[in-house]
Amino acid sequence: MDITTFKSRRFWVPGLLLLASAALATLPLWVGSYWVVRLTAILMYILLTVSWALFSGPSGYMSLATAAFYGVGIYTSAILLPSTGALLPLPLVIVIAGLASFSLGLLVGALTLRLRGIYFAVFTFGLVLLIQRFLVWWEMTVTHTRGRIIIVVDDTIIYYVMLGIFVVALLTAYFIRRSRSGLALQSIGENEEAAAHMGVNVTLVKVITFAITAVFMGAAGAIMAPKLIYIDPYIAFNPLISFIPVLMAIFGGLGQFYGPIIGAAIFAYLQEELQASRFADYYMLIFGGILVVAIAFMPNGLVGLIQRLVQKWRKGGSAEQHANT
Amino acid sequence: MPILEGEGVTKYFGGLAAVLNVDFHVNQGEIVGLIGPNGSGKTTLFNLISAALATTEGVIRYKGKKITGLRPHQICRLGLARTFQSVKVFANMPVLQNVLLGSLFGTPINMSSANAAKEAEELLEFVGLSAVRATPAGDLTLANQKRLEVARALATKPELLLLDELMAGLNPAEVAQAMELVSRIRDKGITIFMIEHVMKAIMNVCDRIMVLHHGEKIAEGTPQEIASSRTVIEVYLGE
Amino acid sequence: METILDVVVAGLLLGGIFALIAVGLSLQYGVARVLNIAHGEFIMLGALVTWTLYTTLDINPLICLVIVGPATFIIGFLLHRTLFTWLRISAPSPAVFEGNSILAAFGLLFLIQGIAFKIWTADVHGYTYLAFPVNVGTVTFPANRLVTLGFAVGISLVFYLFLARTRLGKAIRAAAQDPETAGLMGVNINRVLALCFGFGALMAGSAGVLLSMCYSLWTTMGLQYTVIAIIVVVLGGLGSIVGSFIGGFILGIIGSIVSYFDPGLSMAAYYLIFIVLLLVRPTGILGK
Repeated sequence: MDITTFKSRRFWVPGLLLLASAALATLPLWVGSYWVVRLTAILMYILLTVSWALFSGPSGYMSLATAAFYGVGIYTSAILLPSTGALLPLPLVIVIAGLASFSLGLLVGALTLRLRGIYFAVFTFGLVLLIQRFLVWWEMTVTHTRGRIIIVVDDTIIYYVMLGIFVVALLTAYFIRRSRSGLALQSIGENEEAAAHMGVNVTLVKVITFAITAVFMGAAGAIMAPKLIYIDPYIAFNPLISFIPVLMAIFGGLGQFYGPIIGAAIFAYLQEELQASRFADYYMLIFGGILVVAIAFMPNGLVGLIQRLVQKWRKGGSAEQHANT
Repeated sequence: MPILEGEGVTKYFGGLAAVLNVDFHVNQGEIVGLIGPNGSGKTTLFNLISAALATTEGVIRYKGKKITGLRPHQICRLGLARTFQSVKVFANMPVLQNVLLGSLFGTPINMSSANAAKEAEELLEFVGLSAVRATPAGDLTLANQKRLEVARALATKPELLLLDELMAGLNPAEVAQAMELVSRIRDKGITIFMIEHVMKAIMNVCDRIMVLHHGEKIAEGTPQEIASSRTVIEVYLGE
Repeated sequence: METILDVVVAGLLLGGIFALIAVGLSLQYGVARVLNIAHGEFIMLGALVTWTLYTTLDINPLICLVIVGPATFIIGFLLHRTLFTWLRISAPSPAVFEGNSILAAFGLLFLIQGIAFKIWTADVHGYTYLAFPVNVGTVTFPANRLVTLGFAVGISLVFYLFLARTRLGKAIRAAAQDPETAGLMGVNINRVLALCFGFGALMAGSAGVLLSMCYSLWTTMGLQYTVIAIIVVVLGGLGSIVGSFIGGFILGIIGSIVSYFDPGLSMAAYYLIFIVLLLVRPTGILGK
């Protein structure tokens, strides 16, 4: 995964983001609930993808734990917001979900981020399955429950909360990326040994950044939970949720900040369209095919591809390739 | 008190001793050379000092304080920096960013981004890379990449700099420039411990030279002593 | 009342499958340098194809081994020869190749599951074959389990001999150590790596056939086996095929012991071992 590093001095990106968010905030006033629900899902995928890319993009450590953090969020909601009556106010539940995911992120990170990237990837790969199985066992043997019914929350409220998480997540990602921590993370991805020798506490940077990304994934899960109505370990911990942000980020391109955003927006929209159409069954098949094609021919994603094409067009045919392959 | 010293430093890889019972010291202000045939353990010794590897046995002290057991970033912050034999620049990052990383993280002082950037620019000028500050480091020539590594290491404000084969792969003109750079670094008051194969450079620049062979120290002395040492000549000619 | 012998033998039976799938993955990762996280999907395919062949065409599952094995081999070989070889050639560095190949395997996972879903839907399938009990000394086991163990060990052994004794096997081992030098020595690297990948797929497919005789089948069953295979490969040592073989049996026995106390905790037990391994000795038992 190649990364261009020319830090653009675009201070208007957060401004643009806030502007777009303000516009999105007014959305429920003039579209039907169908679109509100769809947009909630799209916002969620974008924030999951950006969160994933925040850590895994520059560092080169591919995390497949997204579904684990997301599931923790769902379960936090399921436990604290049962249909019998909310035990805590919704905003607090979201925060707790974020903290729970953060803790899990710290634990997983501390255990595995000291090792080579491949160990981290395979550990996170199985993590979702592990938690799923463990919870099933726990619920059967210890609590003797099976599944929980969650409280009902209005779609518009879900939308606003998701929008809020979205804004915070994207702003955080943007500022971290441009900060010295972002530089440190990138240097770790480029050459971890050299970074360590230049004074970067590589383990700390990796673990903290990883845990931060977990917060948003957990929060997103917590607010999506009410839409699921019935929650059990199989529903909450779905490995697909780990794979999809990766696909979206790769497709969009990891070189620029907006790459994952574009990839996620396009894909999330496509996914919704696909699910609604008669091709719903072909969803995994199509996505898989696209990912394979993207990896083979667009390793720098859509954004990278467009960049190359623009460069070619500008130079009138002689493409000078810098850091992009 | 020497700025760097090691006692009985040993490193085993499985059953093979890459470094065996080496005692060494570097005094403040010196330029000490470390030579030996390929595979004699020179880079391994550097790796042990900078904590890229853990010692099997032995103690290493920096300014009197034991550093064996610390982690690389901690050692860097104490004032010990290094370059690498196989150049480890951050290839996809611009040259300036490479050095900036050292300025921001290499010292216990918390610098503002502006000051760090200014310092990084000054260092680029010191090594002569100002013109390519925005170029991705991977696009530089080997000689320039080596200079970048030096600038990056210097950004961490070291008192002791470990240079690992700075001149390897350079043509004679570049070697002369590198030698001159080493002198200028010493003029800044930084102690230098350098591994080198290019004999001309070592003999001219170093105050003292250590010779390793099969992981053991076989000779130590001034360049003249080393150049005329029977043991050393045999070791090199026997190759 | 289950005795220790029961548990141990059950562990061996489980271990046989684990060993087979782990050896397959080890081949793909250790030699072809592709961490094939779609490995489990080949297992799933082998299993469900056998189900279809047996339930609709009445083809004996053991005969299916001879059909499915080569079929998955060819699929794996072609996949590597096209997709992964392309990735290997176009990647600027081995690290990038590793990352890209994992992602490509991702895509394959989706693709294969998607295809499987279209064919076999989300239903759970299964069939019975050789389910009659067999006495081995004092313990009793279903015949299909014993047959599974026999074939799993058999396939692994045949492959080991192939690696150790034949010219092609030597070429493979050379390629595993140092692809570039092996290439310079006249080994057709592209073909050898693709062969290894194909063999790995063959083992997965075969494991699927064997599994289908004993367990229920569904289109998402592959993932858990991939996870187990990875744990075994790490346990045995990344890069050691013999290690994966032994590791499979170790994990199988551990799984059997844990299942004796509580079947729901076996995955947790595997992961616990995984964690301990990563903390204490990431290179595994026989790894470098």
